Amino acid sequence: MRDATGAVQSVLVLGANSDIASAFLAALADQRLSRAVLAVREPSAAADQVLALGELGVDARAVAYDATNVADHDRVLADAGDVDVVVVAFGVLGDPYDLSLSTEAVAELGAVNYVGGVAAAHASARHLVDQGHGSLVVLSSVAGARVRADNAVYGSTKAGLDGFVQGLSDAVHGTGVHVMIVRPGFVASKMTLGMEPAPFATTPDEVAADMVSGLAKGKAVVWSPAVLQAVFAGLKPLPAPLWRRLGR
Amino acid sequence: MPDAAGPRATKQQLLSGWGRATRSRAEVVVVSSKDDAHRTVSGAASVLARGLGRSYGDQATNAGGLVADLTGLDRPVGAVSASGRVTVPGGLSLDALLAQIVPQGWFVPVSPGTRYVTVGGAIAADIHGKNHHRDGAFCQHVESLELVIGDGSTLRCSPKENADVFWATAGGMGLTGVVVEARLMLKPIATSKLAVTTTRFVELDPLLEAMVRADAQAPTSVAWVDLMRSRSTRSVLTTGRFAEVAELPDAQQEDPLAYTPSQRVASPTRVPNGLLRSSTVRAFNEAWFRAAPKHRADELQTIARYYHPLDGVKNWNRLYGPQGFLQWQMVVPDNALGTLRTCIAELSAAPTPCFLAVLKRLGAANPAPLSFPLQGWTLAADMPAQARGLAPLLDRLDALVAEAGGRIYLAKDARLSPDMVPIMYPRLDEWRQVRAVVDPNNVFSSDLDRRLRLTC
Ligand SMILES: Cc1cc2nc3c(=O)[nH]c(=O)nc-3n(C[C@H](O)[C@H](O)[C@H](O)COP(=O)(O)OP(=O)(O)OC[C@H]3O[C@@H](n4cnc5c(N)ncnc54)[C@H](O)[C@@H]3O)c2cc1C
Repeated sequence: MRDATGAVQSVLVLGANSDIASAFLAALADQRLSRAVLAVREPSAAADQVLALGELGVDARAVAYDATNVADHDRVLADAGDVDVVVVAFGVLGDPYDLSLSTEAVAELGAVNYVGGVAAAHASARHLVDQGHGSLVVLSSVAGARVRADNAVYGSTKAGLDGFVQGLSDAVHGTGVHVMIVRPGFVASKMTLGMEPAPFATTPDEVAADMVSGLAKGKAVVWSPAVLQAVFAGLKPLPAPLWRRLGR
Repeated sequence: MPDAAGPRATKQQLLSGWGRATRSRAEVVVVSSKDDAHRTVSGAASVLARGLGRSYGDQATNAGGLVADLTGLDRPVGAVSASGRVTVPGGLSLDALLAQIVPQGWFVPVSPGTRYVTVGGAIAADIHGKNHHRDGAFCQHVESLELVIGDGSTLRCSPKENADVFWATAGGMGLTGVVVEARLMLKPIATSKLAVTTTRFVELDPLLEAMVRADAQAPTSVAWVDLMRSRSTRSVLTTGRFAEVAELPDAQQEDPLAYTPSQRVASPTRVPNGLLRSSTVRAFNEAWFRAAPKHRADELQTIARYYHPLDGVKNWNRLYGPQGFLQWQMVVPDNALGTLRTCIAELSAAPTPCFLAVLKRLGAANPAPLSFPLQGWTLAADMPAQARGLAPLLDRLDALVAEAGGRIYLAKDARLSPDMVPIMYPRLDEWRQVRAVVDPNNVFSSDLDRRLRLTC
């Protein structure tokens, strides 16, 4: 159970092998985390993570999960049982967008990030409402705040997912379930390896720390770093010609 | 829900404790007869009794399960016997009980700092009062009780009959069953007024010495301590005894047992987070300390003013804002004075805004495995739940308390590490064994139970 200071004891992470998810798990382990279920495509690939959490005193295990397999969401949730937090952390970045991308690649990205994300968030919210408590944390991105040409598909999937979760948050209002959207900026991680860091770049550990404090405070939206909220408030109304030039 | 539900209405409700820092949803059913209690427990998969919700954390919440709201089980009590025995329903509030017994010349054997607790809640927490050093905890004044156990049947227990279940229920936080009735042993009083002696201290040592002396001299005592100053610890010690008729002013002698607890003013319902920050709390503590006399002997005070000063403000817990607050209450044995000093020093040095803390002497422990009191010192402090650095600070203090052979009060806790429980309550296993007999299917459960892993 979540305690009065906001520390949680159990977590299910859907897409647990991202750098942000790993850092988040480590940060929770620093508090009261005692049980973690790591839902990943290939459980054997999470063996090291499970081991590391075990060393921190967390009873962790990895379970097979494919976000594009509709039946997997409910199965993994039922298997995890009562949990204080569910994190929807999976997502693929894909290649930089241009018209030469295959139609299949574009559809695939939409299927994982958007269709998978919406289904996962929906199933998780229902699970938490049924158990009578808990927080749902969904990893969105500033890429969805205003979609750029070079990440048009990724950005749009996050925009769509973010929008769904805003509505979901209102839908579960009053049930005792807390929904939190996380909008990290450019995160130096294996996902962005080899890319040119954007302004206000951050690290998985910093994002994880912002998530932990947002969770404790019961925030609805966490921008990470926090300054991005103001930055995007300025960027969103920017005229298209200017925005296009910035994107380059 | 069993279909024998009859007229009982249930509704989904978000519940929290007095600290309002965590909440969970449960199906709430109002219990207004013993029969209701039987029917609610039989066939339930997960159920918990709830009284007036004055425990601070997740003691009286049960996420996703059933919560039996016992406050409907509150019919007036019958006559008090000549020896002070009275049978009371489990959901009766001490507020209602006092209104019925004080005019007859009786007082509750133990009173907490608020009269808005139920008899069942008082038993489930085995509460202690300002008289613990003399009279022990609440359950030492319970002659017998009726408990609805896991299979829905009723078990009578007392220190003589099913004694293990009786003591497991005392301080058992509702996890052994639902207390539907209890026979209490009341204390005779000649008047409804207390003769109160107040003394102000600007250093800790003279206070501690005065408190030890008060053990032998005064039937009740408590000190309010200012934890907002790191240099010296100032405090106000009050000791009191019920006054004799001859001590009352002439006008009051005609009706020495008159009892009319004051009407309550309400706190504003919408309060921003952070209203009670260090600066405002410091100013409040200052004003309150200045208001106390340096020394005043035998001032006459009402029961409400002496025992339940906070009840004057309705919903004062809302002053902490939507993120809520918590209370950290520990006890350390007499020989751990050093730990007490360290706790006071650390809390005083921390930036955490600490409202007036309460320091009390406790007497000997009773046979209940999960009862909180033990011979020594208890310190209780309220703090905003989201105060910076609070979690690691309290974890550190918990470790010191445990090392000294002390413990944290389960009725107040909202953040203890489950690993601490078996250390602080070394008889936990014994309690679990008795509990398993009255509730083999783990029907009774609470969020506290899940957080602290009490039952397993
Ligand atoms: C301002 C204030 C001052 C306080 N001062 C003191 C004090 O001086 N000393 C002290 O010891 N405590 C003190 N307390 C704590 C309080 O006395 C206990 O938490 C008590 O248990 C609250 O009773 P309740 O009826 O509100 O119970 P709830 O908070 O509703 O429930 C508390 C526990 O009791 C169980 N329970 C309730 N009714 C029953 C029943 N009929 N059968 C079985 N289990 C039941 C619940 O399951 C839960 O585990 C104080 C609290 C406040 C808010």
